[in-house]
Amino acid sequence: MPSPAPTDDRRPFLGRLADASQPYLYSAPSLVLIVAVMLVPLVLGLSYAFRDIQLLNPFSGGFVGLDHFRVLGRDQDFYRALKNTLWWTGASVFLQFFLGLILALLLNKPFAGRGLAQALVFLPWAVPSFLAGLNWAWLFNPVIGPLSHWLHALGILSEPLNILADPQLAMWGPIAANVWWGIPFFAITLLAALQAIPNDLYEAAAIDGAGPVQRFVSITLPFLAPTIAITVLLRTVWISNFADLIIVMTNGGPADRTQIVASYIFTQAFRRLDFGYASAIALVLLAALLAYSMLIVLLRQTLLNRN
Amino acid sequence: MASIEISAVAKSFGPFAVLHGIDLDIADSEFIVLVGPSGCGKSTLLRMIAGLESVTAGEISIDGRRVNELAPKDRDIAMVFQSYALYPHMSVADNMSYSLRLRKTAKEKIAAMVSDAGAKLGLAPLMERRPKALSGGQRQRVAMGRAIVRQPKAFLFDEPLSNLDARLREQMRAEIKKLHADLGATSIYVTHDQIEAMTLADRIVAMHGGVVQQVGAPLDLYDRPANLFVAGFIGSPAMNFLDGRYAREGAVVLPDGTRIPVAPRENLAEGAQVTLGIRPEHVAIVPESPMEAAVELIEPTGFGIILHLSLHGLPFKVFTLDREALKAGPKVPVAFPSQHLHVFDAEGNRAD
Amino acid sequence: MRASKILLTGAHRLAILAYIAVALFPLYWLLKVSVTPNRLLYSEGVRMWPSRTTFEHFEFVVAHSAFPTFFKNSLIVSGSTAVVVTILAALSGYALSRFSFRAKYWIVALMLLTQMFPLVMLVAPIFKMLSPLGLTNSLTGLVIVYSAFNVPFATFLMQSFFDGIPKDLEEAAMIDGATQFVAFRQIILPLTLPGIAATLGFVFTAAWSELLFALMLISGNDAATFPVGLLSFVSKFSVDFGQMMAAGVLALIPACLFFLMIQRYLVQGLTAGAVKG
Repeated sequence: MPSPAPTDDRRPFLGRLADASQPYLYSAPSLVLIVAVMLVPLVLGLSYAFRDIQLLNPFSGGFVGLDHFRVLGRDQDFYRALKNTLWWTGASVFLQFFLGLILALLLNKPFAGRGLAQALVFLPWAVPSFLAGLNWAWLFNPVIGPLSHWLHALGILSEPLNILADPQLAMWGPIAANVWWGIPFFAITLLAALQAIPNDLYEAAAIDGAGPVQRFVSITLPFLAPTIAITVLLRTVWISNFADLIIVMTNGGPADRTQIVASYIFTQAFRRLDFGYASAIALVLLAALLAYSMLIVLLRQTLLNRN
Repeated sequence: MASIEISAVAKSFGPFAVLHGIDLDIADSEFIVLVGPSGCGKSTLLRMIAGLESVTAGEISIDGRRVNELAPKDRDIAMVFQSYALYPHMSVADNMSYSLRLRKTAKEKIAAMVSDAGAKLGLAPLMERRPKALSGGQRQRVAMGRAIVRQPKAFLFDEPLSNLDARLREQMRAEIKKLHADLGATSIYVTHDQIEAMTLADRIVAMHGGVVQQVGAPLDLYDRPANLFVAGFIGSPAMNFLDGRYAREGAVVLPDGTRIPVAPRENLAEGAQVTLGIRPEHVAIVPESPMEAAVELIEPTGFGIILHLSLHGLPFKVFTLDREALKAGPKVPVAFPSQHLHVFDAEGNRAD
Repeated sequence: MRASKILLTGAHRLAILAYIAVALFPLYWLLKVSVTPNRLLYSEGVRMWPSRTTFEHFEFVVAHSAFPTFFKNSLIVSGSTAVVVTILAALSGYALSRFSFRAKYWIVALMLLTQMFPLVMLVAPIFKMLSPLGLTNSLTGLVIVYSAFNVPFATFLMQSFFDGIPKDLEEAAMIDGATQFVAFRQIILPLTLPGIAATLGFVFTAAWSELLFALMLISGNDAATFPVGLLSFVSKFSVDFGQMMAAGVLALIPACLFFLMIQRYLVQGLTAGAVKG
């Protein structure tokens, strides 16, 4: 790695500058794009949280201070959406991770046709999210989909009805679609981490008399732990922001039972065209997610320090 | 070909100083070997000459021209890496011609130069292969070919043989020496293997802790090591060291009272703390010697025999070609011929 | 011992088959409905395969809807985004992999931050910024927005591929007479082809799927991408399941093709990163 500029460098200033600016030149195009299309709009969007921005109201645009947040504090729909977000994110991440881990372990074992099997089980990831949503909505639809009939036959549903229309069960629809769609992400990342574990560790453990379960607990898990921590963190943040499936499948209904914060923001912004209020909610969500990430990183740091 | 001057060159990575004021003049077509244990700074010095590391202080010149600020590509040097660093996506011929193509050499000339270098290294039948399809030794040759093909001012070698097995290493060592005799190119060769250093070098630069310990012809370093580090590093099995006190009439007195006669040294005071050094191959086994050492272990190497002895609890080794030593009893009479004895003062420097 | 081993192997294969079945079943169903004639749609709703199949839905979608336009728009947008992002990410990923410089930490932090906030929040500001430039309702505008969204992850992906390539190689090239940029282009990039393929495929799939911004920045059929078109299809012909699913099957094809080509490189790229970490 080219080290920082030497102290005794007799080149003209421009020559040294050209050298030192090399990494910046490589990263400049990406940075310009990110700053212009993400950072600037983000700051603008944050400022909307303190202004009255309604697309259809020409008299809007004024500074309203913390008004949006005061309204938000009394907004029962927001609290329900918050509760739904926890439920949606927790269930999705847990099931995706758990089923993804099993899949990764299955695929880490060599067998004939592994390449093909891997390509097929990872396929759902390539399905566009809106299409995954539509697809599952159709599967749950008793008119053309088999799922409700099967659930009825299994005795889980008393009648073959569309669970997306049932306030008690509706959330399971998007969660099922999300799990189906997201297992490959976990499986791919965990499989990559598994393949990086040196094989002689397992051999040494086997010679030392460790059974399969002990090997999993004492070698596989510790090796996977950093990957698990970072993937779960990233996915949690990502899934709490992920409204596509809900918007496509239930639009937050029935009776707001599947409304999560991200889809609530969408509703506020594009159904009611109240961008100020939507930005205020988004700001709260962003703060919550940042706090969550900090907490996880801190937790990891303390755990690492203790070892 | 070119001369290289290194004056007061220092290098630090942040707060860590890895090289402290190195001075070295390398003559045209000289073969210099930088040798030392890992972490001694020899590779860093080589990479600074190549232009892959910046120079923190001091000056490096090639043919009298300061190159500190010159990019590697403008220094006209070639380098053979430990990993060979062959371009995996290019054939052997393309690997060797890459530098010429970058310099926009004429096509016919490139073809001639590449086939010439290929022939020199016995690579002719492999020219269209990819590096993946070559053995370790063949890859090493391609790396050499890539370096010689463009006739640079100097060759830099960064532990080029350490990924080869012992037999191949010996063979390539000889080939490098032959090649140098042929081309007469200025060469700087980094290794941690003292045999490579001894066999290849016109001059060896022994380094330790970022400091040059001694510069000299291989036999100089072997015969007259400047300090304990060089004495212990050059030669295998390594030199024996025995601590003792200096007696002015010409002896070193070991802790158990044994007096070992040495030639008088000018700069040592009576009773000074010294270390006595003698190479295992120089310890004599003589029946009439009054000094008897206990035999701890016998290691036959085929070529000779290494005896691990103990002299009143002080361990030392003897290397002998005499097969009789295999039958050595519990005790052997040994002698330390004074012309082969090295004396080092309390700071570890050679005392003459 | 032997019997239990056979049992274990059998359980392993069964589990794999179960995963494959679950992964493919929804797609299979999509295909099944898309070839079921309307007459049989309800009477044979839960049959695994209709008694008679037809391609009439596909014919209708291709010949009598704006579908070909959507398809073309999506191809242009996703293809351009993939190319732009891959070039940018190769450059910035290389910077992160090979240089240590003061702002590196901040660049990584910025890129991580962009993965964190709700993109919904950006819709209004981006709309306001793009509309005076005439970039709303245009494919170029979409390409710019999608490129920005995908560059951070693609940068990390490319970085992990670069990290897997020994530094010796470009040092050798620089000694052979190349500048660092030439070494990057002629030595490092050709060796990163799997990484480039993975990044291209990843970004293509992501751009192909994007719904929110396509919905907000584009009005009218001319510049609509596939997701928008399909959604308008859903609201317009909400009873014609056969046609919707036929359109869905067609939407699936490019993304799946791309994915099947690149999926093994994806695991490779992530492994390279894991080894380094």
